[in-house]
Amino acid sequence: MKIEVLGTGCKNCNALEAATYEALQQLGLEVPIDKVTDYGEIVAYGVMSTPALAIDGEVKTTGRVPSVRELTDLLAETSA
Amino acid sequence: MSVFLPEPGTRRSSVNLWGLVVAVGFAWVVGYLLNGRFWDFVVFDLLGLDQGSRLGEAIHFFVYDTTKILLLLSGIIFIVTVLRSFVTIERTRALLGGRREGLGNVAAAGLGVVTPFCSCSAVPAFIGFVAAGVPLGITLSFLIASPMVNEVAVILILGMFGWKVAVLYVVFGLLVAIVAGYVLGRLRLERWVEPFVFETKLRGDVIEPSTDMPWEDRLAFGWQEVKTNVRKIWPYLLVGIALGAAIHGWAPEDLFADWAGAGNPLAVPIAVLVGIPLYSSAAGVIPLVQALADKGVALGTVLAFMMAVVALSLPEMILLRRVLKPKLLATFVGVVGGGILTVGYLFNAVI
Repeated sequence: MKIEVLGTGCKNCNALEAATYEALQQLGLEVPIDKVTDYGEIVAYGVMSTPALAIDGEVKTTGRVPSVRELTDLLAETSA
Repeated sequence: MSVFLPEPGTRRSSVNLWGLVVAVGFAWVVGYLLNGRFWDFVVFDLLGLDQGSRLGEAIHFFVYDTTKILLLLSGIIFIVTVLRSFVTIERTRALLGGRREGLGNVAAAGLGVVTPFCSCSAVPAFIGFVAAGVPLGITLSFLIASPMVNEVAVILILGMFGWKVAVLYVVFGLLVAIVAGYVLGRLRLERWVEPFVFETKLRGDVIEPSTDMPWEDRLAFGWQEVKTNVRKIWPYLLVGIALGAAIHGWAPEDLFADWAGAGNPLAVPIAVLVGIPLYSSAAGVIPLVQALADKGVALGTVLAFMMAVVALSLPEMILLRRVLKPKLLATFVGVVGGGILTVGYLFNAVI
């Protein structure tokens, strides 16, 4: 599984990274989180509001920091 | 503060949920209506302070205003967030793609107000819009309107100066965004946009996030936004209102009236020039705005200052520099600043 946090280092991007990390821990998954910070790259994903979360190259959420519970659901869905 | 609404993802019967919404809404209205009388009772009867005494008035002003603004803030942020969960920036871009200038600028300014948008996304949004074929001027109308006419600014103005000033602020804010975007579009400045913007290729499908959320998630989202915002804003709010209360009770009425009243034509440009480099959210400017207006600075001057602070800021310029060449950036600041200046004079003339 490949997890990417798309964002240029704003406060919410860090919050998303932290929440994703926590969700991964709850699931007992050890997957590194990649940060995509290049504007061109982010926009190429079709994302215009950061932060965004992409799992296996597919954008799952944009423009908000989902709750840890929502993230656990998303991650469990994909890793299953 | 306890959580009234479930975290997104939990399921509750929808009857329960709507019952809760109605109950909280009712409590809100009752709280708002009784706010004045409740604090009258506490400050003047329970604490025994004299109505009309400086201390009594200042304390009453402080507790009454804090309650009022917190209620307004929570209520409106909740409603706005829930409504906004139906709008996404991707949808907005689709609506604006291929629009002609003029009406397109009007649409962009309007959508700038209703689209959920954080200024930290200004650059990806700019690239995304331009790369998808939204004209430059229309994109800029969107980027100007979004921070200037935001719900927190409007609520605070509503709370401080009443609904007439709030309506005028919204109308003039939109006008600045429309006209400035139109003018910038007509100047044909595409050559001053960093070339990589036009070279960005959008791959894959455009994502349409969160448009099929169930209602309970939308409501939970609204509640969370209220919590985050109130948590972020309350220190500024307390300082602002405390300052306002102190000034309300003690400072002389015409402290600033001589040099920044309606009679001094230089006051507006100075306010705009001072406001541009300052960076603050709408909430952070309150202490200043409240204090200035109370002590005789003309309202148009104060609002021009506020617009300059929220719409143009040094950090935002540094961000935008990644996509705009310095000449375009300077033109952008000049045109928007000119618009705000005009609004300041108009406001002073109207009110």
